Parts: sequence; C-alpha cells; structure tokens
Amino acid sequence: MKLVVNGNTMEVAGVQTVGDLIKELKLAGKGAIVELNEEILSKSEHAEAVLANGDKVEIVHFVGGG
Amino acid sequence: MNDRYSRQILFDSIGEEGQELLANKHVLIIGAGALGTGNAEILARAGVGKITIVDRDYVEWSNLQRQQLFSEEDAKYRMPKAVAARERLEQLNSDIEVEGLVMDAGAEELRQLTEFVHLIIDATDNFDTRLLMNDISQETKIPWIYGACVGSYGLSYSIIPGETPCLSCLLEKVPMGGATCDTAGIIAPAVQMVVAHQTAEALKLLTGNKDALRNKLVSFDLWNNHYMAMDVRKLKKQDCPSCGNHPSYPYLNPENQTKTAVLCGRDTVQIRPSEHGERDLEELSGVLSRLGGRVEQNPYLLSYRANEQHRLVFFKDGRVLIHGTKDIAEAKNLYYSLIG
Ligand SMILES: [Zn+2]
Repeated sequence: MKLVVNGNTMEVAGVQTVGDLIKELKLAGKGAIVELNEEILSKSEHAEAVLANGDKVEIVHFVGGG
Repeated sequence: MNDRYSRQILFDSIGEEGQELLANKHVLIIGAGALGTGNAEILARAGVGKITIVDRDYVEWSNLQRQQLFSEEDAKYRMPKAVAARERLEQLNSDIEVEGLVMDAGAEELRQLTEFVHLIIDATDNFDTRLLMNDISQETKIPWIYGACVGSYGLSYSIIPGETPCLSCLLEKVPMGGATCDTAGIIAPAVQMVVAHQTAEALKLLTGNKDALRNKLVSFDLWNNHYMAMDVRKLKKQDCPSCGNHPSYPYLNPENQTKTAVLCGRDTVQIRPSEHGERDLEELSGVLSRLGGRVEQNPYLLSYRANEQHRLVFFKDGRVLIHGTKDIAEAKNLYYSLIG
C-alpha cells in the first residue's frame, strides 16, 4: 500500500491501521498526533482507523529535548 | 532614554503601548540549556521587565555549540548555567531585572516561582517537569509555551488555560524512552527555530495581542524539509485530569511524581518515574549501544556504563539505579540526558 506520510510517498507492507503505521514508524509511546486526510484523530481512534491506498497522513510526535 | 527599542516600537502591533506592557511583565524560564538561553536572550533584548531563569546544571564544553549565552570561560569553570546566563543577560540589558536560580524545580519550587509571573517558557529537557508545569499552569491560569527539539526536528505549542487543550490532552501518557539531544544529537538551527516560535508567541501574549496567537501545534524537520502546523483544538478533553471540568492536577500529587532517593552506603541514586508503564529494554539497548559504552542485558534489567564513573541500571518496571554518585542533581542530569 502507498501512503503519503508527512509529504513523502512511502510503500508500507503489513500496515492496516493508523496504529500499525505508528508502530511501523517507531513512534509508539511518543504521544503521536495524527491527521488522516486532513481530519485529526483522537488517540483512541488510532487502533481502528483503517488506512487505504493513497491516504494522506500527517504525524507529529513529541520529543523531550531542549 | 535611548532608542534601544525603537525598531520594535515601529512594529505596528507592538508600538509604544506594547513596549510599556513588556516593561511590566515577568517571565519565568524553566531551564537554561539551548532553548532557555535562546528564549532568555530574545526576551531580555526585547525589554521584558523581569526574567527569572532556573536550572540545576552547570556549563560544559558540549553546550557551547548551541547554548548561546555561554562562553569558554563558563565551561572551563563549570559555572552554574543559571548564574552564567544571568551575568550575560545583565550585560545585554541593564534596564531589566534578571534572576538566575540554581535549583531543581519540583512541584513546591515551581508553585513558589510562579507567584506574580505572567508567562512560563518551557525550556526543560524532560516530560516530568513539563507535566508539573502543565498542572501548575492550569491551577494558576498562567499560560505556558511548550518547546522541544532533537536532531533537526522541533515543535512548539502555546497552552492557554481555559482556552486551548493542555499538554495532558495532547500526550495522554508520558512518553518514555524517546530520543534526546545526548542520544540523537541536535543542530543549532533546530533550537533557533523553536525559540523563534516560542518568543513570537510570548511577545504576542505579553503585549496584549492574543488575537494574533497561532493556535496550532507547529513542528518541523529542517534536514528533511518538512513543516507542519496542526489544528489540535479538537483534542481538548472535557474529562482531562489537568484541564477538564473536574481537574485533579495529578502531577502535583507527590504520589505521581518521579521520586529520587540516595541509597545509603552504596554511592547510588535511585530514580523512580511517575508512570507505571513498562520500559522497553530492547529499544533502550539499541539507543545506548549506538552511544558507545558497554550495554549488558538480562530479561529483567539493562546495565549501561555511561563513563568511567557512572553505571546505570534500568529495570523493566521503570526504575533506574545510577551508580557512582550520591548527588541527586548529577544523577538526574545523566538520567534525563539519556531518557528525556
Ligand atoms: Zn488537558
């Protein structure tokens, strides 16, 4: 499946939901905030939000440095 | 009276009136690292009446690449960051009052420090302090501006009590084991970009230009050329324990705070994080291995030799033992530099 993640087109395998994608990108546990096709999702929706070919995903994750 | 502020007064949205407002404002900056020194320099030059800057650490050579208020002298003499910052700020603007406090800001300290403060700037290196700050901000209704960066990535968000979602709304759970400047490095432009976002919002708030606030979570990656501003207002939770309808300010409860203890006779400090999630030892092992230093692991714990003097033992339940010191501040510095 092809996704556009933060402006970059990427091919992902074995990823079905937004939750899967967060794990795939190693952003689990980093408070990721996700917009799917310009709609912001609450964290409880991540596990159920199913991705389709061509979806546009924007992800912001939190870091602690400063 | 000289024309020190003339160009800022010429800027329409600030003007004489805004400049006068600035002169009567008190800003508290938590942390005098990269973000703290950057924010402090801009706000001091802008003429904010009083600046308090707090930090528990001292200046090292590895700070000079990005921590703009410090000199080689400061690194040579291991000057406390809060003191070195205050001295430099006083050179930059003698019209304003600068306070530099060498301390580890916990709940009690933060409560006292926020008295008579108009705005809090986040320049810390860890989520524990940020969540404390978040609860105190909600309790006192003082706005605060989150900022953080690592590598070429950074982000910022302005939290206005009663209006925007708070950090708890956005995070839900305390992140654990993320990248830090000491594990993934940091380039100075990423710092400056976050500082620009924080100080622009600060100037708007302090000069009575609330309508100009960004209202968006900004993030960027300067190396990968990606910029984003996300409208996160939908994430404000009515039942948020920090900003919801019936707040309990959970991070102000001593039960939920990261606890430190010196283990008697063992030259060891124990740090017990507030949340009870499991530590991912596999991920941590990967991060620490790349730093050099020896990593040893069994199913229950991971041992990491950070340097000649210090060895850290990370337990699956979140606890960490820092061997080779009895100094809590030193242990915390090492801990947050690796864990964030
Ligand atoms: Zn909240």
